Amino acid sequence: MTLKAKLGGALIAAIMSTTAFHGAFAAEDTIKIGVLHSLSGTMAISETTLKDAMLMLVEEQNKKGGVLGKKLEAVVVDPASDWPLFAEKARQLISKDKVAAVFGCWTSSSRKSVLPVFEELNSILFYPVQYEGEESSRNIFYTGAAPNQQAIPAVDYLMKNEGVQRWVLEGTDYVYPQTTNKILKAYLMSKGVKAEDIMVNYTPFGFSDWQTEVSKIKAFGSAGKKTAVVSTINGDANVPFYKELANQGIKAEDIPVVAFSVGEEELAGIDTKPLVGHLAAWNYFQSVDAPINAEFIKTWHAFTKNDKRVTNDPMEAAYIGFNAWVKAVEAAGTTETDKVLDSIIGVSVPNLSGGTSTVMPNHHITKPVLIGEIQANGQFEIVQQTPSVVGDEWSDYLPDSKDLISDWRKPMSCGNFNVATGKCGGKGS
Amino acid sequence: MFKRLFTLTLLLMSLAATSFAQSGSDPKALFNALGKADFKQTEELIGQLAATGDPRIVPALEAFAEGELYARKSDSAVFITKAAGTNVALIDPVTGAAAGEVPKAQLNKLKINNNLRRVIRSALGGLTLLSPDKAVRMAAADAVLKSPSAENLELVEAALAKETDAAVKVRMEEARAASVLISDRVIDQKKQAIDTIANLGGRDGISILMSVSSSIDPALKGDLDMAITKIENSLKLWEVAQNVWYGMSLGSVLLLAAIGLAITFGVMGIINMAHGEMVMLGAYSTFMVQELIRTHAPQLFDWSLAIALPVAFLVTAGVGLVIERGVIRFLYGRPLETLLATWGVSLILQQLVRSIFGPTNQEVGNPSWMSGAFALGGLQITWNRLWIVAFSLSIFIGLLIVMKRSAFGLQMRAVTQNRRMASSMGIRTPWVDAFTFALGSGIAGIAGVALSQIDNVSPNLGQSYIIDSFMVVVFGGVGNLWGTLVGALSLGILNKLLEPWTGAVLGKILVLVLIILFIQKRPRGLFALKGRAVEA
Repeated sequence: MTLKAKLGGALIAAIMSTTAFHGAFAAEDTIKIGVLHSLSGTMAISETTLKDAMLMLVEEQNKKGGVLGKKLEAVVVDPASDWPLFAEKARQLISKDKVAAVFGCWTSSSRKSVLPVFEELNSILFYPVQYEGEESSRNIFYTGAAPNQQAIPAVDYLMKNEGVQRWVLEGTDYVYPQTTNKILKAYLMSKGVKAEDIMVNYTPFGFSDWQTEVSKIKAFGSAGKKTAVVSTINGDANVPFYKELANQGIKAEDIPVVAFSVGEEELAGIDTKPLVGHLAAWNYFQSVDAPINAEFIKTWHAFTKNDKRVTNDPMEAAYIGFNAWVKAVEAAGTTETDKVLDSIIGVSVPNLSGGTSTVMPNHHITKPVLIGEIQANGQFEIVQQTPSVVGDEWSDYLPDSKDLISDWRKPMSCGNFNVATGKCGGKGS
Repeated sequence: MFKRLFTLTLLLMSLAATSFAQSGSDPKALFNALGKADFKQTEELIGQLAATGDPRIVPALEAFAEGELYARKSDSAVFITKAAGTNVALIDPVTGAAAGEVPKAQLNKLKINNNLRRVIRSALGGLTLLSPDKAVRMAAADAVLKSPSAENLELVEAALAKETDAAVKVRMEEARAASVLISDRVIDQKKQAIDTIANLGGRDGISILMSVSSSIDPALKGDLDMAITKIENSLKLWEVAQNVWYGMSLGSVLLLAAIGLAITFGVMGIINMAHGEMVMLGAYSTFMVQELIRTHAPQLFDWSLAIALPVAFLVTAGVGLVIERGVIRFLYGRPLETLLATWGVSLILQQLVRSIFGPTNQEVGNPSWMSGAFALGGLQITWNRLWIVAFSLSIFIGLLIVMKRSAFGLQMRAVTQNRRMASSMGIRTPWVDAFTFALGSGIAGIAGVALSQIDNVSPNLGQSYIIDSFMVVVFGGVGNLWGTLVGALSLGILNKLLEPWTGAVLGKILVLVLIILFIQKRPRGLFALKGRAVEA
């Protein structure tokens, strides 16, 4: 009996520890890159897709002959949605597997957890998800959107095109929504919106009973002024939120919701017919009408052997980050971190919306902002596209960070240069 | 002020008319002009289309709002489209005549956004006020009420004079009142309009009144404010009732999630960490059933949940039986090991589902009878929540009957109260254990069918319910079904009464603190079992 119990325990332990598995071939003349995305736990829902995207990019690059005449080899690890484990796995990738660069992380908590590891071991991380800004590390490239590449243009759109005067800032209770809402609130006030016309509201992770919140929004929206909801609700909580909106009969024409964390992937789990007209702001939509995007989608469907798999914005950010790294390595002639860090600044690569994205000295990239309306088929119809915007790491609307800039070119090489005092070393990292 | 606005609009419209001079007022030409227009021009064109008053354009405008209007690339002629195999069937926007089939690549979709949808809705409202169909007239009056305009006022009054149906007439009166408030009518009419809207009440009423509060004649300001306060006061009363209803609905969800656990944990004493995964498996069974129905018998879709119930019960009861026979029966009386083993089982099940179905959410549709809401006085009740309340109560009653009235229930209670005595009476206790665990798991599975309607169907579904379920069972009193019922409902209502005051995050924390304090006072929960069995 005890033996059986032990066997059961061992089985569980074995299953839990088979988190690291390596690429098929491990010859001497390969360049290894790390893929650090959760394949189990709560974040697997979003991150697994990015792992697949990275494997596809590596495969495509190898078809073109690899990098510097060597094949690329992806080392995939599973940090299991556990923030401290991210740091451990990052250390393992850099020290043990000797990868040249790492592509990974989704939540800000996971990025904050690995940041010291990358700085200590001097390696490179490409971070492909939209985030709250207020950070610039020598070893991290932020290819997702900063708040000024997503949140602020979305609010501008609503103000201009829908005449919105009253705002509900609805978010999940953690760092990204809180910082974004702080920036948005400061921005709206600077545009003359009164404090009583802004309602900020937070809900816990994975919140599923939206009845009270939605009726609160309804009540707030009946003050005779055009009202909109700016949603930074995270992942799983979105589906019940939109279901409740639809059930309580709130249509996009009455109170539009613009979301920053809802893309094609998230909509795949909902019947979108009642949601037509609600908005999302991203730098890429699958519905972008560009030859390069059609090609990308075709490759993706072929790679996943499933022509229903959707593409989304973080995939584009991973695509840009990967290609920028390849180009920088080829320019430097080596994968050595310091040389690549020097050569990558200013590198321009095509993005999937038909333009190019450039890696800026603040380790953020340029890209256009797209506003899309949800369609009945789960895709977005693009109703506005801005010219390329440079990612702004330190928000101009927060008192703590408005004097800070980041420039990693020599001789400045500083992530938080204070232009008011003329010294490197403000707040943040 | 309004006169000036009106002249300005007229001026703009005449400007627009000159810029599209070639279109004139021929609806066909106006539609074709849409092919090249941007959002602004489109808005003007819709205004001109509405001004033609031609009822034939209604289907085309509806199609436009649905995104079914396309322009032919070759000559930018605009058509309504219907999918026809690989091709698209073209329909003339004015006459409704078929105009051939073309491949989709030859067409451009006419772009539409929220603002245009609003403009179309208002235009359609004006055009369909005189429709012979009662439901259409009602919808039209609703549309005018939602986006009133001074231009539509005369149309509404004309329609009102001819209206015979009482309900539609009331709605049209309200629509007229909303339009009067923003028109340049005399004060007396506006005063009456305020009264009409005050009687309409609700959020819609407040919204209409507030929107004119800054522009209204100062002489009417007092009446307006009084009307707003009157509506707000009646809303406040309803709000309490609404929160209690929300609480009952949350409580019923908690009850659903916890009731299976009330058997496995409450009656059998097994700390079953895999309980949430049974709920998840139930939800995935629903998904599978719906997939099969979608591909093989779409006409049965409204019955999909009824079909999914026995399927989910059998699947999860089967899995429960395997878990009990395979793992738990070796661990009776060793709570810590049971906890660890069932937790391991829960991880295995999650990863299994993730490997088979993928980590992303699966779409489980709502049957038509579970969508939407209805008003009960000032209460807004959504159908899916109402059904879930009814469903969880009927499961509770069903389970109570099984426990108290059936032979199996009797054996189950006998075994849990005194195993050796039951055994010596000839009851095969190991099988009673196994079937009790299977019953608890099966109940969790049918809870999953209901929860698939309001939550994500993803491998993580179970995790979000496991803590709440334990909380309810412990709070209600271990081993007592009534305790679970009262515990679930009181936690739900407490949570929802706190939420408007404290916000969702703090509300949840407060509820947890209250439970901890309560457990300090009464360690056995609300309804503690008494007797020798408890002490053992």
